[in-house]
Amino acid sequence: MASTSKDNVQASTSGQGNPADDLEPGACPESVLNPSDSFEEFASEMSSSLQERNINLKSKSSTISEIQSEICDGNKDNTEITSTKSSDDLQSKDDQMSALASSCNLSNQNGEDSDNEKDDYLQSPELVNKEKHVFVLSSAGKPIYSRYGNEDRLAGLCGVIQALVSVVEDQNQDILRSIITKDCKAVFLVKGPLILVAVSKSNESETQLVLQLTYAFNQIVSVLTLTQLNRIFEQRRNYDLRRLLSGAERLIDNLFIFMEKDPAFLLGAVRCLPLPEKARENITNAITTTCHKIRDLVFAILIAGNQLITLVRMKKYTLHPSDIHLLFNLVRSSESFKTAESWTPICLPKFDATGFLHGHVSYISEDCQACLLLLTVQRDAFFPLSQAKHTIAEKLRRSNCLVAINDALNRNQELPTTNPLKHIGIPEIRHFMYKCKSTAQLFTSDPISLDRLQDYRIRHKEGGDVSEKKIEKLSDIDYVRNYRKFCSKIHCTSSPAKLIFRSNSDDTVLAWVTNGFELYVTFDALMEKDQAIKAVDRLLRWIKREEQRIFIMNAPTF
Amino acid sequence: MKVIEAKIVVLGSQGVGKTSLVVRYIGKMFSKHISPTIGASFFTCNISVGDARVKLQVWDTAGQERFRSMAPMYYRNANAALLVFDITSVSSFNAIKGWVKELQSNVSEEMVVSLVGNKCDLQESRAVTYAEASSYAASIGAKYCETSALHDQNIEQVFLSTATALLALSATNQTMRSYDSADDERQNGSPTEEQATGKVELPAWNTDNIAHGELQRNMCC
Repeated sequence: MASTSKDNVQASTSGQGNPADDLEPGACPESVLNPSDSFEEFASEMSSSLQERNINLKSKSSTISEIQSEICDGNKDNTEITSTKSSDDLQSKDDQMSALASSCNLSNQNGEDSDNEKDDYLQSPELVNKEKHVFVLSSAGKPIYSRYGNEDRLAGLCGVIQALVSVVEDQNQDILRSIITKDCKAVFLVKGPLILVAVSKSNESETQLVLQLTYAFNQIVSVLTLTQLNRIFEQRRNYDLRRLLSGAERLIDNLFIFMEKDPAFLLGAVRCLPLPEKARENITNAITTTCHKIRDLVFAILIAGNQLITLVRMKKYTLHPSDIHLLFNLVRSSESFKTAESWTPICLPKFDATGFLHGHVSYISEDCQACLLLLTVQRDAFFPLSQAKHTIAEKLRRSNCLVAINDALNRNQELPTTNPLKHIGIPEIRHFMYKCKSTAQLFTSDPISLDRLQDYRIRHKEGGDVSEKKIEKLSDIDYVRNYRKFCSKIHCTSSPAKLIFRSNSDDTVLAWVTNGFELYVTFDALMEKDQAIKAVDRLLRWIKREEQRIFIMNAPTF
Repeated sequence: MKVIEAKIVVLGSQGVGKTSLVVRYIGKMFSKHISPTIGASFFTCNISVGDARVKLQVWDTAGQERFRSMAPMYYRNANAALLVFDITSVSSFNAIKGWVKELQSNVSEEMVVSLVGNKCDLQESRAVTYAEASSYAASIGAKYCETSALHDQNIEQVFLSTATALLALSATNQTMRSYDSADDERQNGSPTEEQATGKVELPAWNTDNIAHGELQRNMCC
């Protein structure tokens, strides 16, 4: 039912005389975010051999210590960082070559059920019939995290998982990737001293599940640093990691909810809070003028409702979208940031997995739910940063930026970005999401409002069960769920699709990737192809017109 | 009017109610849905004692084990400490003894120490007796007080008695800033650069200090 024809679209677009390929709404020469795609990396994660995996564990040079030494050395130039990063990327491309060689997909009709029939706890209502389970255990088989139920009582299951993984490794010199049953996928990921497993009945692909497990691992690293994680298990293979992770379980819980509903994870991009160009410029200026004298400040990030408002950075360093996602998750999950200024150790795994940055985290003011993170390598910089924060807040208030942020957050009806579909005026389009590849930024037609996210979370707390009931009005979350299979076809490494057009009696979906962007659109049912292409063209022109508002189009530095 | 500035650190195991206590005192409210503190939170408050005023910088620390190695950052140069435990948890009371030892060996300046038994609204599940806690407090030269952040019991008193003791201490202690109020109004509120210099001196943040638990030689599997 899916057609994946590249020629098709070229024919039809040239037929229209609309070279839409030139149009790259949101593209700009310099990006605040590191746009390197995670997908290849995750693909390589799935394909690397046992030896490669062990080599990859060796930690890389520490960016934090480089910044620290640079501060001491004065302004000595250092271009090493970018080059090590790009060589990593090359490496992961090579890894894909060995893709199928070591994959070991067992097909087992009975799944794990037969192994555990005697264990009553596994049949208890808190575990049965969940859409997706996640387990994290140590390589010694000690339970660390379970999304549902009590890890202590899952020791038996963790033993089985550990045994499965180690049997394949020891006896076959191979890596256990997944076990697929009729209605269920179990995906395994061994990272450092941890084993992560997702058991899912959802329509997510294996790669998407590996991506989620990698995020979960990064979340753990973000709390402990990779150095500490590795050292703990080098010293005590039997260590109960829950002691150090206590209080951080909810970060992993929320991360999975976040990943299931937010297309940002699916596309490896960051959502920006739509703001008038002038307002964003003022905000950025307030930060740069206040902070440019603070030498050790690496990033100043203003976020609101899981959306990026601005990011000012130390020259040469960019943030990877996945690090920003972890920051979003941290801020959303921590009510305690609202009560006071916090001084918090934060490890950003993509930026530097080996050490902590020190973060001054605070909300701008009581009447504006934007959270400012000032990340530094200096551990005793709290007071200068606290003062900088107060200065920034004062400047934002005086320049009316707080009002602009609140308008955007409260989805003021007068803003064109609040209800883009109405504003564009193409009634056949039900939903779209657009990713600008060069800046790794994302825009969707129906951004999830904060209350809706809360609803979803409550709904999830109550169940997380596989549900059969039909939803009357589809929300962003449901569309995103629907896009998953299109995404996995487009990001598939062996034969990626450029354009997918699928029309049936429920809806019509068009997924299109070019060098500049990825676009997913849901139309009314039984839409004609040329009609869809025309609508997409108008859509792209609208995004282009609003790009200054929707995206962060520059890459400010201190 | 005499004004003194002092730094106070709140220490104790996770979940004993350190943040609830501070938020109850400073924010005058209680939330059941408070999330664990990450790192530490910073508050300021002013307490009037007679005709003097005490400006407190409050560091509310995280109780989780992984933040244990950060604690010296906060108690270094502190003039007062609130050691908080949960009266329904013996282990949180035992943990206080570790904190006292750590403070005694790492802080040379004299310090106002108060022992706080929180959650005294949960009398029926009490696990640490008043007598036991108060005799331990006496043995370390600390005041003992039982509080309830939920019902707002005794919390004012804890801070007030700490402030009073700080005022007395300021007569002999040089590390606290003390001045007349003529010049103080302009710098109310947020901490200023001036305060930042020399006020907070932080030790090396070394993850080697982190507690790893017992060494286990026998490995299964």
